[in-house]
Amino acid sequence: MIARHFKRALEDTLANRFVNAVTIMTIALTVMIVSAAVLVFLNASDWMSVWHQGTRIMAYLQPDAGGATTALQHSIESIEGVQSARFIPRDEGLRDLKARMEHPAALFENLLENPLPDAFEIQLKPSDGSWEQIEAVADRVRSLAEVEDVEYGRQWMVAVRRIAHLFQTLGLALMGLLLVAAIAIVANTTRLVIYSRQEEVEIMRLVGATERFIQAPFLIEGLLQGLFGAVGGIGILFAGFSALAVRIEQNGLAGVVTLRFLSIEQMALITVASMLVGWLGCYVALKQFLKL
Amino acid sequence: MTDHEDRPPIIRLSHVHHAYGRYQALIDLSFEILKNELAFICGPSGAGKTTLLRLLYAEAHPSSGEIAIDGARLDDIPRTGLPLLRRKFGVIFQDYKLIPGRSVFENVALVLEAAGHRRALISKRVLNVLRMVGMDQHAGTLPIRLSGGEQQRVAVARAVVGDPKIILADEPTGNLDEASAQAVMDLLQVAYIRGATVLIATHDKAFIHRLGGRILHLKQGRLAAFERVEKHHDRTAL
Repeated sequence: MIARHFKRALEDTLANRFVNAVTIMTIALTVMIVSAAVLVFLNASDWMSVWHQGTRIMAYLQPDAGGATTALQHSIESIEGVQSARFIPRDEGLRDLKARMEHPAALFENLLENPLPDAFEIQLKPSDGSWEQIEAVADRVRSLAEVEDVEYGRQWMVAVRRIAHLFQTLGLALMGLLLVAAIAIVANTTRLVIYSRQEEVEIMRLVGATERFIQAPFLIEGLLQGLFGAVGGIGILFAGFSALAVRIEQNGLAGVVTLRFLSIEQMALITVASMLVGWLGCYVALKQFLKL
Repeated sequence: MTDHEDRPPIIRLSHVHHAYGRYQALIDLSFEILKNELAFICGPSGAGKTTLLRLLYAEAHPSSGEIAIDGARLDDIPRTGLPLLRRKFGVIFQDYKLIPGRSVFENVALVLEAAGHRRALISKRVLNVLRMVGMDQHAGTLPIRLSGGEQQRVAVARAVVGDPKIILADEPTGNLDEASAQAVMDLLQVAYIRGATVLIATHDKAFIHRLGGRILHLKQGRLAAFERVEKHHDRTAL
């Protein structure tokens, strides 16, 4: 019976190819935008993760803490999430600073004494690069008596976090909006199809067809529209992604910027979601038209 | 006559009224049609023949009164039970009601598909019945490419393919030439001989006399008479 409905749905899809093409293109566009948002989010997460893992925390010591560095190093390294801590004496700090500055003369020639305190450079474990983990480690280090201050680019991190959250919220809102729009468009096109086949539906009822028998091909059509739309949307996105990857490689940025496409599981999930959208659109239309 | 009266009624109407707005289409109809009976509904245009048939297969509902089909009151049948009720009927509609986008084969097969029969059985039965009505050569043709007579034969094929208990025919020979009308008549007679109850709405007197049976005379929505007409054996005389 399912094979018969499936065959009927395929035939009906072909018979109403214009209306169905519009629906499939709409779904494809929705899938493409949503998948692109997911793709950007995934790659951005990857980059953020790499960036977190390269994060170091600088702990600046009290002026009178210079004598107990070995014990302090042990205390810092015993904090969860810390991989290593390296003591940087104030003189080495100043040397490093001078080496990093492009025109040191103007800034440093009039210094009477070294203004920098002794410090520890703390490296975090690669797997502990989350925002919360960095902040937790920084708080623990700050609470040590010998530590005067810690520095880990907090303001920068907060700003990046806010932007990331904003993008995430906007992305989710956009996805929700697009999904509702896609369902509404599928429902409208299905309404058109049902309207053009109302006589057929009526005849089917009169010869003893159940509502389920009448609806099945329409719902399968919705699933097919979702499937074809997903394949189309992901296909277009993949073409764009491939073109971008080639461009990055041509510009010699392949080692700097690492891009990845959606995994098979993610594509399967998007396809299932797209089919669900197609099905739901049809269901909404059938509910109104056939009075389910 | 006596053997007819021994059979149980398959269609029973009791004080049925039906109105379209303020227009009374059927007024206080009460009668019974027995199992495996051949009966006719006669009357001029507007007498209520088509309305009566629509009430029987529950396309419309009476304004008041009671209809029972094969022992079940239509009022007691829920909406979900209508498909099962309708599978008891084979209906030949006045306007054929063939699905334009489906072939002759698919139109006839629809009844069996809806009843959930297997593909092999459907093919066999549809081709058989199309052969009976002389339309097997047109199995793959769309209805729009057929003449009125041919479409009517397809409608008959669809009505009989499911071996229904009751066949309702609304003006089955209207607009048909003599040969096509005769073919349709023969098919209905075959269905009757095979055990179906056949109820035909017509104003074709010749048709009635060729088959013979009980006639319900409708006049302005009322049952004017219910009489028996014997079969006329000399077809050429008509």
